[in-house]
Amino acid sequence: MAIKDYIREKFFPHIWCPGCGHGIALNGLLHAVENMGLKKNDVVMVSGIGCSSRIAGYLDFHTLHTIHGRALAFAIGVKMSRPELTLLAPMGDGDALSIGGNHFIHACRRNIDMTAIVMNNKVYGMTGGQYSPLSGYGTMATTAPYSNIDQQFDVVDMATAAGATFVARTTAYHVQQMADILEEAIRHKGFSVVEVMTPCPTYFGRKNREGSAVDMMEKLKTMTTPIGSKAKQENPALIERGVFVKKEMPEYCAEYQKIIERATKGN
Amino acid sequence: MGGRLTFVQGNEACVEAALYAGLDFFAGYPITPSTEIAELMSVRLPQKGARFMQMEDEIASICAIIGASLTGSKVMTATSGPGFSLMQEGLGYAIMAEIPCVIVDVQRGGPSTGLPTKVSQGDINQARWGVHGDHSIIALTASNHQDVFAMTVEAFNFSETYRTPVILLFDEVVGHMRERLLIPESGEIPLVERLKTSVREGVDYHPYLPREDGRLPMSDFGGVHRYNVTGLFHDMWGFPSDNPQVVHELLRHLVDKIESHVDEVTRFREYYLDDAELLLISYGSAARSALHVVMDRRQHGERIGLLELQTLWPFPTALVQEKAKHARYVVVVEMNMGQVLQSVKVAVDRPERVFLANRVDGVLITPFDIRNILRLIQGKGV
Repeated sequence: MAIKDYIREKFFPHIWCPGCGHGIALNGLLHAVENMGLKKNDVVMVSGIGCSSRIAGYLDFHTLHTIHGRALAFAIGVKMSRPELTLLAPMGDGDALSIGGNHFIHACRRNIDMTAIVMNNKVYGMTGGQYSPLSGYGTMATTAPYSNIDQQFDVVDMATAAGATFVARTTAYHVQQMADILEEAIRHKGFSVVEVMTPCPTYFGRKNREGSAVDMMEKLKTMTTPIGSKAKQENPALIERGVFVKKEMPEYCAEYQKIIERATKGN
Repeated sequence: MGGRLTFVQGNEACVEAALYAGLDFFAGYPITPSTEIAELMSVRLPQKGARFMQMEDEIASICAIIGASLTGSKVMTATSGPGFSLMQEGLGYAIMAEIPCVIVDVQRGGPSTGLPTKVSQGDINQARWGVHGDHSIIALTASNHQDVFAMTVEAFNFSETYRTPVILLFDEVVGHMRERLLIPESGEIPLVERLKTSVREGVDYHPYLPREDGRLPMSDFGGVHRYNVTGLFHDMWGFPSDNPQVVHELLRHLVDKIESHVDEVTRFREYYLDDAELLLISYGSAARSALHVVMDRRQHGERIGLLELQTLWPFPTALVQEKAKHARYVVVVEMNMGQVLQSVKVAVDRPERVFLANRVDGVLITPFDIRNILRLIQGKGV
């Protein structure tokens, strides 16, 4: 199936700003889905609220645009009822890790088979540039006019600590890696977390004097490095990209099937 | 009449009824006094190949059942006041996206943590108005286990018929009290199954285009029709829209589909209303005490009757007006500061004749309490 067959053309143009990285994340995801040859009827996409969440409307899957922070909880209900379906949950950084933080860590812990994509632009874009739990100490935002004193989460560390069985990070600059990682994440049998760093020139970039969209894209290239690279040893400030965790653990729906078998034995 | 005779808690009666109605998925979070519902579901659902899940909180619980419902499952969650407060945003989503689901609130004393193990009927108005924005809602209640069973089955039927969440407002006394329950034989109570679209694969399906009768046939997630579901105002494809006409029509539809069917969803019981000068209106466990008073006073020749409401929302205004027409006094018996009282006053022709007999200290209102209040109203002194 051609990539354009996966989108709902009649709902374009999309709402994202010029220079936003979310469209590139969508592109990477479509390449992964196309490469896997997934059937549209077998894919359910569940999103939350924010710029990231609008991705669901543009795709010709079963799409569920939910409420802020709760995408994973809705997705779990779908998956538990129809375990054979492929669940994709794109979320924003505030969506996944601030208001949705509780659902995020518990979804990691349960290891239910779905792919959480955290489109991290370090800002609440839809509401106009407030700081998120991923913005970082010292950044500027419309709600941090004197500089942000909140320390940040690291999505990868958080997901790993919470027990996710596949954890990876990529960026909107590294499109080929993004598609490869997303495919690996979707293929993984368990709860997969992929952080996609995406630029928000409209708010984060403007408030933090990061220059144009092109400058921000360039920064994604220069501030990141493959996991375990020599560059990282020389410059610990670099952010690593790649697959951090990939391990086998009992998957939740499969485990529940065993519960059903145990419960029905006496019948 | 066949069936299986049991001796159970009200919470168990609710579980039996949900299984009878064809429940496929339950998600919940422990909270007194509803916890037995979750515990029993964890035992019973996997026995029939269905699924139970204990979520991280009540927010996740309601979200999970909404997601499950979209795959064609019949779904339920159960909670009490604090958890019910947390569920309000999800409840609003289910209203807006028109997704069938059943939410049980076994009421305890509030506000806040309140009286976790004690009875109250303080969530009546939260059930109606807890969700932000204009909407309508169906909420049912019951005073005894046979009716808990019947109303629970009705809740599933109404949620499928009107594509809307339905709330079951039980209370701690009904939830925890044990009494007999005759579980009807399969088929004895009609069940409403989901109305599925007849639109074939490859033909454009409009998930939010109502039929002439106002109903919207659904297509299961995972099926042959792919569409968008959102909590935003949306067009007939389910795609977000702020077009004033689309918004206007959708909001009217969400309210009208329930408010124009008040008669169809109104359930009640009546006792000695034909010649009653003194009309008691009550519901839930309070109605048990009210009924006791009515039986007792009837033996003394008093013309007293009871209207027991089982549908609380949409409020059966016309029914209450009709039944109160010939009463000299109307006394609303409830365990809150007058939540149903307000609706009754609006409904009747002479609101100055409507009084409240209540108790809000965590103790079940007794026949003695009610009788004392009646004597005061009738000018007889206590």
